[in-house]
Amino acid sequence: MSKFKFAMYWAGSCGGCEISVLEIEEKILEVDANFDVVFWPVAADFKYKDVEGYDDGFIDLCLFNGCIRNSENEYVAKLLRQKSKVLVAFGSCATTGGIPGLANVANAQEIKDLVYRDNPSLDNPDGVYPQERYTVPEGELELPHLYDTVKTLGQTIDVDYFMPGCPPEAHQIAAVLDVVIAALKKGKGALPAKGATIGVAPKTCCDECKRVKEEKKISSFRRIWEFIPDVEQCLLEQGVICMGPATQAGCGARCTTVGMPCRGCYGAPEGVLDQGAKMLSTVASIVDAPTPAEIAEIAASVPDPVGTFYRFGLADSLLRRARV
Amino acid sequence: MSDQFEPRLIGFLCRWCSYNGADLAGTSRLKYPPNMVPIKTNCSGRVDATHLLKALKEGADGVLIAGCHPGDCHYVNGNYRTAGRFPLTEKLLEQLGLEHGRVRLEWVSAAEGDKFARVVTEFTEEIRALGPLGWGAQFRDESAEVVEEAVSA
Repeated sequence: MSKFKFAMYWAGSCGGCEISVLEIEEKILEVDANFDVVFWPVAADFKYKDVEGYDDGFIDLCLFNGCIRNSENEYVAKLLRQKSKVLVAFGSCATTGGIPGLANVANAQEIKDLVYRDNPSLDNPDGVYPQERYTVPEGELELPHLYDTVKTLGQTIDVDYFMPGCPPEAHQIAAVLDVVIAALKKGKGALPAKGATIGVAPKTCCDECKRVKEEKKISSFRRIWEFIPDVEQCLLEQGVICMGPATQAGCGARCTTVGMPCRGCYGAPEGVLDQGAKMLSTVASIVDAPTPAEIAEIAASVPDPVGTFYRFGLADSLLRRARV
Repeated sequence: MSDQFEPRLIGFLCRWCSYNGADLAGTSRLKYPPNMVPIKTNCSGRVDATHLLKALKEGADGVLIAGCHPGDCHYVNGNYRTAGRFPLTEKLLEQLGLEHGRVRLEWVSAAEGDKFARVVTEFTEEIRALGPLGWGAQFRDESAEVVEEAVSA
């Protein structure tokens, strides 16, 4: 029997998702036993031209990581959708925009101005900006068009499954691959319902976190570098903003186990419309002070609400971006 | 017909104080602009930041949250939560480029029909001066621009 076809693509992201696939260790041999790689720029030498030549639905499983940041990302996303039977938004960037989604506080021109004109460590006396088209003796060169608004994969194409995480945890990837391989061998029946979030656990990150949780009352916020947190007590109760209560479980609470607050990469739990708004409401509700004015002052002392509560989810949030 | 901008406002009113304040404004025949759609909530503390953002996203030009005066909450301390949540939400909205004043928090008791009418009047005029928010209008299909550029080049 011929092997199933596997593709993986890296759009607007750091590449950590690509590495996380190798983190499944010897399981990668099982992937090799069941799949032929037909497109995976980071690992094998295939060109867009090759993918364009495939029949529609030729790829059995496509893991797409990264947000849609420019016209090239969007082109490849649409191309891979057409050529893939099962397409998974893999990792936080594809699912909710991820860290690059924070670029939605600015627009493309503001970003270019900062990078090529205003950056203090910059040496660009002629004020050269990258051009999307440039003619050289050999012909015309092109760069992709940078978008004003970072989009998630689901805002761009029809996505079969969403797998959050920055990056997705190895044991979750292994479990998902098991399900997909079993389903492909037996036919489509065993796959979860289309649109499902996969590679996660029920409830929230707090449910997996082993720290002792009592009543939450905070009189000031602290950051992790300002003190040495107690190893047993809930980080939120110690005044550290930990996204655990508003984050889907699935990672095994690895960050809080080693004393770092949850940053929310696994996204909103089931049924939550906007992760950041939920966490903001939670944090402000547990502020403990005698008068409304003092409560207001403490709550408003959170330094960067967008970067704190929407670190991974701005592009997928209700408002999606700052006003242009 | 005047063609001045008529703001679309959402008001989340707590059922114990502010909603009754609105009722009193009505039964007292006080006049105030009809721009605000009132939504009754059990407590101002029930109004999650999600409600506020969703209202703005779906076309509201401004959102009012009104609840019992501190100390008068039917649920003892629900409005203390609102007191913390509101300024943090305001700070978030400021980072996202909204003008100060698009969202507003007021304590209105069941006896303050006149205050309710005054707040809605002021708020309507302030938002009218700020102009439409039109949150949805800033999202466009940027992939189409690339095609157009290529054609015009």
